[in-house]
Amino acid sequence: MSETIAAETAERPSSRLRALLLNRGAAMVYVLIVAVLLASISIDRFASPLTVGFLLLDVIPVLLIAMPMTLIIVSGEIDLSVASIVGLSSATLGVLWADGWSMPAAMAACVVVGVVAGAVNGFLIAIVGLPSLAVTIGTLALFRGLALVVIGDDAVADFPREYTRFAISKIGATGIPVVMLGVVAVVVLFGVVLHLTSFGRGLYALGHSREAARFVGIDVDRAKFWLYVAAGVVSAVVGIYWTLRYSSARSDNATGLELTVIAGVLLGGVSIFGGRGTVPGVVAAVLLIGTLNYGLRLDRVSDVVLIIVTGTLLIASVLGPRVGEAIGRVRHERRVRAALPAAGPPPQAPAEGAAPAISLESLHPSSDPAPGAANERKQR
Amino acid sequence: MSTATSPGATPPATVAPAARRESPLSRLLAVRELPVVVALVALVAVTTAVNPLFLSGQGVKDLLLNATIVMMLAVGQAMIIITRNVDLSIGSMLGLCAFGTGTMFAGDSGVPIAVVFVAMVALGGLLGAVNGMLVTVARVPALVITLGTLYVFRGINNLWAGGTQYFADDRPRAFGALSVDTVLGIPIITLVAVAVVAAVAVVMSRLRAGRDLYAIGSDPDAAAVFGIPVLRRVMAAFIANGMLVGLAGVLYASRFNSVGATTGTELELTVVAAVVVGGVAIFGGSGTVVGAAVGAFLLTTITSSLTALRIDKFWQQAVVGALIIAAIAIERIASLRAARKLREQSEREVLDV
Repeated sequence: MSETIAAETAERPSSRLRALLLNRGAAMVYVLIVAVLLASISIDRFASPLTVGFLLLDVIPVLLIAMPMTLIIVSGEIDLSVASIVGLSSATLGVLWADGWSMPAAMAACVVVGVVAGAVNGFLIAIVGLPSLAVTIGTLALFRGLALVVIGDDAVADFPREYTRFAISKIGATGIPVVMLGVVAVVVLFGVVLHLTSFGRGLYALGHSREAARFVGIDVDRAKFWLYVAAGVVSAVVGIYWTLRYSSARSDNATGLELTVIAGVLLGGVSIFGGRGTVPGVVAAVLLIGTLNYGLRLDRVSDVVLIIVTGTLLIASVLGPRVGEAIGRVRHERRVRAALPAAGPPPQAPAEGAAPAISLESLHPSSDPAPGAANERKQR
Repeated sequence: MSTATSPGATPPATVAPAARRESPLSRLLAVRELPVVVALVALVAVTTAVNPLFLSGQGVKDLLLNATIVMMLAVGQAMIIITRNVDLSIGSMLGLCAFGTGTMFAGDSGVPIAVVFVAMVALGGLLGAVNGMLVTVARVPALVITLGTLYVFRGINNLWAGGTQYFADDRPRAFGALSVDTVLGIPIITLVAVAVVAAVAVVMSRLRAGRDLYAIGSDPDAAAVFGIPVLRRVMAAFIANGMLVGLAGVLYASRFNSVGATTGTELELTVVAAVVVGGVAIFGGSGTVVGAAVGAFLLTTITSSLTALRIDKFWQQAVVGALIIAAIAIERIASLRAARKLREQSEREVLDV
């Protein structure tokens, strides 16, 4: 399970524009456009402001958290505790409001909670150097547990009308939620940071290897620390939104959301091993899941069955490229064998000099145990 | 406890006995499972001191029943994690097998219990094989694939079950009795689980196939070069894990009052947590299934302990979270120490020569 870094776009002799239009993220955007068109044609009532409104209100939490998650996964780490931070923030908001705090003060306190929660993750992962997968499973339980400590079995529901109404208000007759303006700002912010700054390029380097990142000149530990703080803050803001949108503060709000977010990010073409992925791809993937779910629901497909769609999309998205690679490999081998008249020994253990074989290998993951396994089969 | 089952630890007798200047005590301290065992013993001791009823006959029975299912799942998951993979779909797999059990009994109340066990273990093995195929043949990261099958399996369960739930009345009394009756104060399903843990522990520590899993987890490329059939072994680990989940699903249906569409949701991270607490390294290659089982026992016992100690029940999950983080930190310190010791030892050997 070492890094799977194909870096196809960089190695193929294609113009930057072509690379931009043909990468995984762009493919996701095309699929999204096709899905929206198909849904609009085939499903009554789909193409309406009402749809836009509900669809967007539903995807906002996932879309927001997917942004810092994209950066974290690109840098080769993961954060499973985000949904628990949402729950902790929601519980905090409820308890403080019930205690007589003003809404702005309570909301500010939630953001502070997010900063602290993210800093705890960041400290353990970046400073102490513990594996993020294990640490955030721990803080997933810890933060959700603290949410229970804060609010217990209670639910706080009597939030001021103007706040809960604002959470679901729309821009005129477009059906687009007002909150979406803030969401777009967050998406643009993270997109710019990842794609247009040296910090963002450093994250890709970090995803490839720590050493590479150090040579690029990025302070590895500090970068990771701040990514987790960012994830904490965004999750806390989602906690506030979640509470107001459903006007209910409970300790179990957003349980299990972390896997939905990660599914969206991976579907968007981000490699789980880091070093690859784009913000537009992730945005398209999250919207695609939202569109399919909403469209099928309008088509009277039961809600609970719809998770099959998420799962199948995720599997297909990682399986598809592999099938393509395999076909490409077979065709390439056949070409090579046809080109070599005396194709006696199979290309096992390509020697250092064999340029074409090596460039072929470098396109495939280094952890690929295929050559050994194939040889073993041939020898029998 | 099985000692020295981590991959690097070859039996001391065979490796230059003179070079080993370790006392039995330091060897005991090097056992990876030691912290979790100590924590478990301390937890039980403190709780019993405060509330003597904690270790009464009924108290012990409850503790064992609570731990049984997570224990089985942790053992299967440990096998997978040792190969540097992970299976997040176990909650959904357990749901399907538990609901399958309910369906079989509801369809024909006369169906022999043994048949149900075999059928559900086979179903679990099949689901595990799906994961294994996707991971080995398509060579896609296990975390991503099993996240996908988590949703797919759960969706199938929802489709199959709809709103249907099967309750305790729908199954034969003898089946429910498995998790009520005891032998020497130990529930029968717990005995089943312990037997399975022991069997898997022997495979993992003594048999070639089990040792290969450690080699694969330590370094997949090196394992392949060494001639270990990596794909076949990983596939076998996924199938074995699936069969354990299937067994756990049947036991779940015996232990709990109802099975339905949501049975087993969100179990996956609890189980991974139990494995990590039990001293299995999250990146594979070291740890034991016995450790994972003890980790599961510790996690489920904490809940009972806090209740017995009259600590606010809302604190339970936070304590579990803190414990997981502590376990990872201890693991880290232990592995750093082990690495230093290895380095010093090799330096000494160089000097000796």
